[in-house]
Amino acid sequence: MHRLRAWFLAPARLVNLVCFVLPLCIVLAYSLLSRGVYGGVELPWTFDNYRRLFDPLYAGIFLRSLWIAGLSTALCLVLGSPLAWFTARADRKRRNLYLNLVMIPFWTSFLVRTYAWMFLLRDTGLINTALMSVGLISEPLPLLYNNGAVMLGLVYGYLPFLVLPLYTSLEKIDPSMLEAASDLGAKPSTAFWTVVVPMAKPGMRAGSILVFISCIGTYLTPDLLGGSKTIMIGNVVQNQFTAARDWPFGAACSLVLMGLVMLFLRSDEL
Amino acid sequence: MRNGKWISAYAAGAYLFLHLPLLVLAVFSFNASKFTVWEGFSLQWYGQIFENSQLLESTWNSLLIALASTMLATSIGTLCAYGIWKRKAPVLSGSLYLSLVTPEIVTGISLLALFQWSFRFLGLQLGMHTVILAHVAFCLAYVVITVLARLRTFDAALEEAALDLGATPWQAFRLVTLPAILPGVIAAALLAFTVSIDDYVITSLVAGVDSETLPMVVYQMARRGVSPVVNAISTLIVLGLGVLILISERLQR
Repeated sequence: MHRLRAWFLAPARLVNLVCFVLPLCIVLAYSLLSRGVYGGVELPWTFDNYRRLFDPLYAGIFLRSLWIAGLSTALCLVLGSPLAWFTARADRKRRNLYLNLVMIPFWTSFLVRTYAWMFLLRDTGLINTALMSVGLISEPLPLLYNNGAVMLGLVYGYLPFLVLPLYTSLEKIDPSMLEAASDLGAKPSTAFWTVVVPMAKPGMRAGSILVFISCIGTYLTPDLLGGSKTIMIGNVVQNQFTAARDWPFGAACSLVLMGLVMLFLRSDEL
Repeated sequence: MRNGKWISAYAAGAYLFLHLPLLVLAVFSFNASKFTVWEGFSLQWYGQIFENSQLLESTWNSLLIALASTMLATSIGTLCAYGIWKRKAPVLSGSLYLSLVTPEIVTGISLLALFQWSFRFLGLQLGMHTVILAHVAFCLAYVVITVLARLRTFDAALEEAALDLGATPWQAFRLVTLPAILPGVIAAALLAFTVSIDDYVITSLVAGVDSETLPMVVYQMARRGVSPVVNAISTLIVLGLGVLILISERLQR
């Protein structure tokens, strides 16, 4: 049996090693090398790529990414919590329907869902065209290519990441616990803060972390919905590996991004 | 149970927020006008999809890539899930989990770095094979998690009975366990297929000249701006993937 198990795990180990662990090791090595003349990398070894992250330009982008991701997470928490509560309180038979209503758009093409907002928000998009045709505005509003559009795209894209874990926590609350609280004289608000919130905390924490690490590593949303002033870390990485052809710096940025993601994942266990 | 009026209204609003953008996109894919003003029903944009050779070719590429990577990822992932279910493999599990939360852009550039580095020794180029390999890598974790969830509902005693009755471990797996977890395996395959066919970020980095995929073309068209053909193709993508996901959900229950 043990031999069979080893054989069963071998292909996955190989794929994981070659296509995940090894690439990250190469990126680590690249991040410590110098930029080649025609792109690529060259000796000597250096820490300059990491030092460059403190350049106000890049430090600013990192800080903005953290800020955008943080604010989007807060928005998801505010907007998603009532939805999770609603789903958990619904009739048992309907819960799956309500969950599917949240999850199905989530699985259908992130690209298309981001494009849908371009279609709605751009100068010739639905919202501007509609507002102009009824005469409310004479010039199109600058709805696209700004921080707001990026955050809207992120909240729209990752809201299910918050709803699902929070629903799992809320579902465990036995309604009779709330009844007991009220029978014992607790006001609804007291029952909410002493019964619901403590039980919801694990779900809120897990959901927020999932949303935050997805937002901090995003590339497509700021690329399509953001302007030149809404660049995030993911866009810097992409740019360094394509147009700018500075692989070592791009590698350093990716590793710091990866480090941030792991840091926030770990915070779940603290 | 007891959802009040206000929270029900709020939930309806939230579902509208989640679905309206896609619905509007679908409605306007049937618009006769090129502009965002409704001028009547027309199927012309759907017709134009079939006249656009770039769209057709990239769709074909996407299907081939998704099919190949789904088959590979599902077989490798199912075996792996079974192995982990037998006895924990914390290092491998942790590494697969990490690959799931790694930002796509980081996965993409690290695979690009790997391919460019290995091509020095191998004399190959970016193309279909690199895209398929990348897709297998990022689909693997989805398959393992889905199949493992199914295995956790499977009664190990059934397999032990098969072993006691003289089956070899391989026979026990193939004739008892695998048929029992098959719905989970199919659900995992459907999931891998949708994740693969939909990927833009990683694919665009590791694709070569012969392996342009559908999301890459949709991205370029979306970037360029107004063309209702994007609305039409987007509607088809959402419908297609939606059906696959619904089937996958059903099988997982």
